[in-house]
Amino acid sequence: MSISDHQASELERLTKILREAHDVQGVSLWADGWKRLKRNRAAMTSLWILGVIVTLALLTPMLPLQSPIFQDVKNRELLPPQWDSFSLDIQAYDRETTDLEKQSSAAQGRDKEEYTRLVSLIAAREQTHPIKLYWNNPGTLVTWMIQLRMAIFGDYCIPSIFGTDKLGRDVLSRVFWGSRVSLACGFIATFVSLIIGVSYGAISGYLGGRVDNIMMRIVDVFYSIPFIFIVIFIMSFLSSPGIREPLQENGIEQIHVFFLLIGAIYWLTMARVVRGQVISLKNDQFIEAAKTIGATRMQIVFRHLVPNVMGIVIVYLTLTIPAVIRFEAFLSFLGMGVNAPDISWGLLVNEGVQVITVVKSYWWMIAFSGMALAMTLFALNFLGDGVRDALDPKLKNK
Amino acid sequence: MQVLTFLLKRFGWMIVTVWIVFTVSFFLMRQIPGGPFNGERVLSEAVRARLEARYNLDAPISEQYFTHLWNTVQLDFGPSFKMQDFTVNEVLAQGFPVSAALGILGMVFAISIGMTSGIVSAVRRNSAYDYSFMLLATLGIAIPNFVLAALLIVVFVFNLQMFPAAGWGDISQIILPAFCLGAPFAGYIARLTRTGMLEVLGNDYIRTAYAKGLSPRTVVLKHGLRGALLPVVSYLGPAIAGILTGSLVLERIFVIPGMGSHFIEAAIQRDYTLAMGALLTYTVLLFVMNTLVDLAYSIIDPRVQLE
Repeated sequence: MSISDHQASELERLTKILREAHDVQGVSLWADGWKRLKRNRAAMTSLWILGVIVTLALLTPMLPLQSPIFQDVKNRELLPPQWDSFSLDIQAYDRETTDLEKQSSAAQGRDKEEYTRLVSLIAAREQTHPIKLYWNNPGTLVTWMIQLRMAIFGDYCIPSIFGTDKLGRDVLSRVFWGSRVSLACGFIATFVSLIIGVSYGAISGYLGGRVDNIMMRIVDVFYSIPFIFIVIFIMSFLSSPGIREPLQENGIEQIHVFFLLIGAIYWLTMARVVRGQVISLKNDQFIEAAKTIGATRMQIVFRHLVPNVMGIVIVYLTLTIPAVIRFEAFLSFLGMGVNAPDISWGLLVNEGVQVITVVKSYWWMIAFSGMALAMTLFALNFLGDGVRDALDPKLKNK
Repeated sequence: MQVLTFLLKRFGWMIVTVWIVFTVSFFLMRQIPGGPFNGERVLSEAVRARLEARYNLDAPISEQYFTHLWNTVQLDFGPSFKMQDFTVNEVLAQGFPVSAALGILGMVFAISIGMTSGIVSAVRRNSAYDYSFMLLATLGIAIPNFVLAALLIVVFVFNLQMFPAAGWGDISQIILPAFCLGAPFAGYIARLTRTGMLEVLGNDYIRTAYAKGLSPRTVVLKHGLRGALLPVVSYLGPAIAGILTGSLVLERIFVIPGMGSHFIEAAIQRDYTLAMGALLTYTVLLFVMNTLVDLAYSIIDPRVQLE
């Protein structure tokens, strides 16, 4: 057997191995996790329920709901759930405006005084348009969605099947609009906590040594501070007129500060977990490789380490979202979070509790908002457990 | 000796934490424009003079800070801003026993219900008991306690008329709030007990105990439970923090004159001295409780090193 023969057979063997390796489809962590999650029926049901809730919340302005803030104390105070139809009066208003526009174009050129009067009247009507009134000056996107809804459903509204509150507002519509704030809070605040926690943990873990020591001691101190009380304390400052007004002038609403504040206190566990992962990864070969090609420390942390801890980060995210939503509801319930005219589920439950009297309980004001909140949290908890089992089987039953 | 160093160390950290909380809230309090220190409403001359004398408002801020700090170190939180004729200490001293009673009863509910259902679930694994208890536990964890309280009020107070709606002083008035307070933690404890028991019951020494001819009851309660206690005890720290915050809402719903109601009332009314006093009390309380839990943990499991 000559050397070249040997080489040829060796080459053949290696090509074969290479071909085989080519055929084997590597399963990524995500694909693997998704496969496991799909087998978990409770988690999948929860995922569907959450999908429906989030979609409904996003589409709320386009659904034929009544105004969430329109009050009619005289006729509609604390009505129990009912099927009596209810409609808006926006189309009539729009028709009047169209009439005025016709008049104005007729008057144009002929009667200048009448024309300017009509034009200013039309402009004023635009300012006091019922959409602005019924939906509290919505932003551009929401206005557009409400206009779309008007085009599809006209003045038709779903009857007050969830009853009305003590100011005659429709509870069904309030639950839907409240879902937007509650869910937004859950996602935004969690995102803030994600950014802070991951950066803090990754930097602390990668730098190690004294810096790590100091950074973790700070986390330790933070852990023993009762943040819920601090947030209440801070919210009471933010709601004082001397603070709120200057903030509003700069375009900062209390609710934004509130979201950030919640996010800023939920990063501690995330930071600890990420730090632990980074410490176990940072001496791996791929980090050494990155160092040899001259990656900076920040590049190593954020391009090479952070993506590798994403699995465990997702697991903690699914636990953080329900915690944050619950916390928002808790604070709004106490009157320290979302304030009128904004609506959130916690606020709605609070309104329900406030109208409980010795004579009557008005159960519909508590039951529907409370059930919406409980169902969301329930589904998020199940999904969180499922995701944890799927992405990190070692943690199962821990 | 080890316990002593542990306690001393913890005490040191507690001082640091409380000091940070104090400093942050002190400066927040001063920063606020239109706050009580700058005269939000027009105060009468006499009240203003009293306030200024008490808080030494003419002095430079550093001096005010140290005066206030020194008063706080002596456990003197000063007069309440909104409740005239009351000092913060008096208000807190009134509220604390009420909150403590509610919290302890809530904890007793949580531990007794949670551990019982956890043990039953573990022993009768995959039975109808197990499934229904675990479903209830998940429900208890998911439903926020104020929603639960509101629903229970509608059912038990209005429809069944078993309990009074609100108030304090009667034993029937404490049951509903304490149950709502303990429910989420009962859920967690049930799940932890079940998991812990299942792990322990698979061990060799349990088989040995059965082999000796001990009754199932003795094996489960005497040999199994001790091992299963560990995760529950380590959960007690977060549970106590949760009980403290939970009592904020429940005291408000059930109109209970505890420390939580006073704190929320103070925050809403912007009674800063009272809010700050309550905040510092809560911080210390949380720290002390966590230290006790850590101590208890090291007693149950001698392998755990105190640090």
